[in-house]
Amino acid sequence: MGRRLLSLHAGLVYAFLYAPIAIVVAYAFNGGRQTLNWEGFSTKWFSAALHDDSITSALRNSLLIAAGNAVVACVLGTLLALSLPGMWRAIRVPIDALVTMTLVTPEIVFGIAALMFFVQFSNQLVGAGVIDEPLRGMWKIVVAHAVFNASVVALVVRARFVGMGQTLEEASYDLGAGPVKTFVQVTLPRLAPAVLAGGLLAFTFSFDDFITSFFVADAGTSTLPLRIFSSLRFGVSPLINAAAAMILALTIVAVVVAYLVLRRSGTRARAAARVPVPGL
Amino acid sequence: MEAASDLPEPRGRRRGRGGGPRYPPWLALPALAWYVAFFLAPLCFVAAYSFAELSGFVGIDFAWNLENYRYLWDPVYGEIFVRTLGLAGFGTAATLLVGFPFAYWLARYSRRRTLLLLLVIVPFWTSFLIRAYAWLIILDPSFPIFRALHVDLLYTTQAVYIGVVYNYLPLMVLPLYAALERIDWSLVEAAQDLGDGPLRAFRRVTLPLALPGVVAGSLLVFIPLTGEYLIPAILGGNKTAYTGTLIAQQFSEAHDWPLGSAIAMVVIASMTVVLVACSRIAARGEVGDG
Repeated sequence: MGRRLLSLHAGLVYAFLYAPIAIVVAYAFNGGRQTLNWEGFSTKWFSAALHDDSITSALRNSLLIAAGNAVVACVLGTLLALSLPGMWRAIRVPIDALVTMTLVTPEIVFGIAALMFFVQFSNQLVGAGVIDEPLRGMWKIVVAHAVFNASVVALVVRARFVGMGQTLEEASYDLGAGPVKTFVQVTLPRLAPAVLAGGLLAFTFSFDDFITSFFVADAGTSTLPLRIFSSLRFGVSPLINAAAAMILALTIVAVVVAYLVLRRSGTRARAAARVPVPGL
Repeated sequence: MEAASDLPEPRGRRRGRGGGPRYPPWLALPALAWYVAFFLAPLCFVAAYSFAELSGFVGIDFAWNLENYRYLWDPVYGEIFVRTLGLAGFGTAATLLVGFPFAYWLARYSRRRTLLLLLVIVPFWTSFLIRAYAWLIILDPSFPIFRALHVDLLYTTQAVYIGVVYNYLPLMVLPLYAALERIDWSLVEAAQDLGDGPLRAFRRVTLPLALPGVVAGSLLVFIPLTGEYLIPAILGGNKTAYTGTLIAQQFSEAHDWPLGSAIAMVVIASMTVVLVACSRIAARGEVGDG
């Protein structure tokens, strides 16, 4: 195929990728009551969204869940990434497969599984007299989100860990430092950008998640994506456009920061783009 | 090294295959415990429930029979499964068709590659829900383009297909790019110097080297699509049922957890088949690759 034709195609692909996002953002600035009736530029829907209690409380929940999930995912994922290179192949391969599974399993399957698990689990705890009433609240969502996000962090951190070579760790061991001291003084400082980037991605994934939250959340606990979805029954609205535009802004900032951090630290672009798949 | 061998082994010292010191394998335990408790155990719940029966309104009776699966063995459900496979197949083929030339251009010809790659990654990480929602605006019959054309695609199968291609395209492009980026293009030029035409060089050199990316991208698109819920719900107006729709119905409206679990097991089974098949292909492609 001609090079010109390929460039043209690429331009169209970029237009295809960005036009819908741009349209959501553009219509968020529509001053009219109806989304598609342009009645002049206005930021009133942004302030309306920020003064809508159901949106702000959902936003607060989303931020808390995403942050909690990112912390858990960073700890679990980083430890996993550190442990893998030293493992026997016979153990590492099944673990890799498990990590891949947590990332590719259709989310609805994981969502209903988590739902049934939490219901049963809390019934058991109530039955055993450990707690008085069924488990509630946001921690269930944090726990469920941390499953696939631990895998995300593990992949990002591992790419950096394998890429940076082990000579400094070797020197540290040879000089008599134990694993803990080596980790704190040698590995962690060099790994920090990858952990930070992985954490930002985990945050973003959780913040954007719909399906898992949809099944796991209690009736009283809403997140921003759940709030948006529930209002779609009434069609599109400028209020939702404004909320969506704010989510987009937050996500894009997080992703760009994560990407720049990874790049500055020297992790190759490919590692950042790399998606987890056996044999790749 | 020679001098150090007289000293006692430093604490925590380990030598792995690579010869360097390693962190201990047990560091994986917290993550593994998490996976077992909150991923594998819940999946076992799904498996167990798929053999159970409803008793009364809310009760569950673990009858350990195949009733749910027998119930699913019905043309009504068969049609939905086939439709879902069609959607997943279409999504995979369409994103590959659009994504391959694009990834090829990005890997071989583009300048400012870092920025251009970032521009693909950004939509990949942005909210799936909002990306589907965006099409709700575009496909609205009163949206300028479609109003002019007198086309109303909203809440149709076509809308679902458009949404699928849009939302899954980055998932296909990124692994394709990762594979194509590693290709040494002088090999392709060598094949052409030795008399292969461009097409033949592409088929004999580029394509085999890109195969891992094609397999990876196809997996990442096909498997999640077998359980896709959100796009048909938003852009299809839930008018046409897919497997994901069916599962969600059992949990949100019908309260038939055993049946919903059995459908989820069908999804898991098809996922396993696809994964095993693909890892075979990938393993074959890896021979001689180290």
